[in-house]
Amino acid sequence: MSFVSVSALLAAAEREPLWQAVLDDDCRDRGVERSESLERMEALWRAMVRSAKEYDAARRSASGLSGGQGAKMAAAQSIGGPFLRDVIATALMVGEQNACMGRIVAAPTAGASGVMPAVLLPLRERDGLADETMVQCLYVAAGFGQIIAARASISGAEGGCQAEIGAASAMAAAALVHARGGTPQAMAAACAMALQNVMGLVCDPVAGLVEEPCVKRNVMGAVNALACADMALAGVASAIGCDEVIDAAAAVGRLMPASLRETGEGGLAATATARRIAESLGGERPGPAEG
Amino acid sequence: MNIFDIMGPVMVGPSSSHTAGAARIGLTARRLLGSQPVKADILLHGSFAATGAGHGTDRAIVAGLLGMRPDDAALPRALRIAEQEGMAVTIRAGQMRDAHPNTALLTLTDGGGRTLSVSASSLGGGRIRVNAIDGMEASFSGEYPTLIIRNEDRPGILSEITRVLYEHNANIATVQLYRDRRGGLAVTVIECDAPLPERPRAELAALDGVVRCTYLDMGED
Repeated sequence: MSFVSVSALLAAAEREPLWQAVLDDDCRDRGVERSESLERMEALWRAMVRSAKEYDAARRSASGLSGGQGAKMAAAQSIGGPFLRDVIATALMVGEQNACMGRIVAAPTAGASGVMPAVLLPLRERDGLADETMVQCLYVAAGFGQIIAARASISGAEGGCQAEIGAASAMAAAALVHARGGTPQAMAAACAMALQNVMGLVCDPVAGLVEEPCVKRNVMGAVNALACADMALAGVASAIGCDEVIDAAAAVGRLMPASLRETGEGGLAATATARRIAESLGGERPGPAEG
Repeated sequence: MNIFDIMGPVMVGPSSSHTAGAARIGLTARRLLGSQPVKADILLHGSFAATGAGHGTDRAIVAGLLGMRPDDAALPRALRIAEQEGMAVTIRAGQMRDAHPNTALLTLTDGGGRTLSVSASSLGGGRIRVNAIDGMEASFSGEYPTLIIRNEDRPGILSEITRVLYEHNANIATVQLYRDRRGGLAVTVIECDAPLPERPRAELAALDGVVRCTYLDMGED
């Protein structure tokens, strides 16, 4: 991978569309033809669509902690109107689909798999966007995600939830700006703002499982991505550049105690209720569980 | 990391390390055995043991042993399918010394009675590393076409192995050599850039001093 900074990615995006710069870099990196890279990304997009479509409201996770919530939201009203309701419902559905051993696309992780489809599927539905555009969005997201992974982390065990839901939210924000025809600079601003909004978010899964609060944090990641994309498209700037925000998130991750990095020992996982849940699950003892 | 380590894989949830990686460990072990095991003894260590049940780690490993990939929708039903297909599975928790938190030790028996033990760890994002085969140290991911050669520990054998590869124009990505004791048995692990055809594999297996040559290509179905 040649992009180790957002500034390098933006420089490449002066010569060709940003999504294409990511595609070309992938072709060089893995020694493949454009068609091969595109086919693989198209397959991921189809799988992402399917991850929401395959949702079964009756399905429950092995622990009994997850299932059925997305359907409730889909049947309800949102203060923010039908579009926002669909975003929230899709994030819950895919998050639950993951918790219940359904098929999802890790983006960048399984625990954060609801964020990207939650913003992209309702947008495509409402605006009638072409699949081609959605695949471009995935390249944009992957391009920014790769830089976050290289400079910081996309593992909750390393950087807390900011590294998983935070990374997904930042990737989704950049992708949304592309979908709306924004500039590469606006994509970077959206990515920076989304990540700074969740700076320091801890990874505290109840009973060590990728369920509570993980499923609901997918909702937060999606809504944050929407707001940051809107701000960036409106010309709202981030005072701190995207690379610096990513580096700051990495530094915060290093400062985080192990109890707040996916060990199931701190945060919500340390509450009396969470401990009771963990105990009732018998063999399930708190322990690290990367999403 | 390439962009498809960020976007993807398509997988059955809930955890890339505890579910997708576990399935990949099972599938890799099956490929190393060369056929579907009739008996599988699975030892789960660390976090695999602690939160494995809630993450379907047990089912995921068995799914891999049945030949399923991490995105196979039948993965959650793997234990039942194994029973139907006559695979005797035992799963237990245990401690392994100095092991990565997400490690499994699989002891497999094939239809002909041959046994194979594979220790492997799930590193995150669905990526794995094989740590040992039949108790002998090794270290490979299965992301490349890989040769696992068990050979006598004597001078010149590595050059004979690499000569065969050179003659068939196969480029080596990495080479590792492990042995249990001087003059005993060694394991040579060679990761290649491209899939290796049948012929060089047969020539390697026929080399004097080579006890067994196993070929692993996870892209090959």
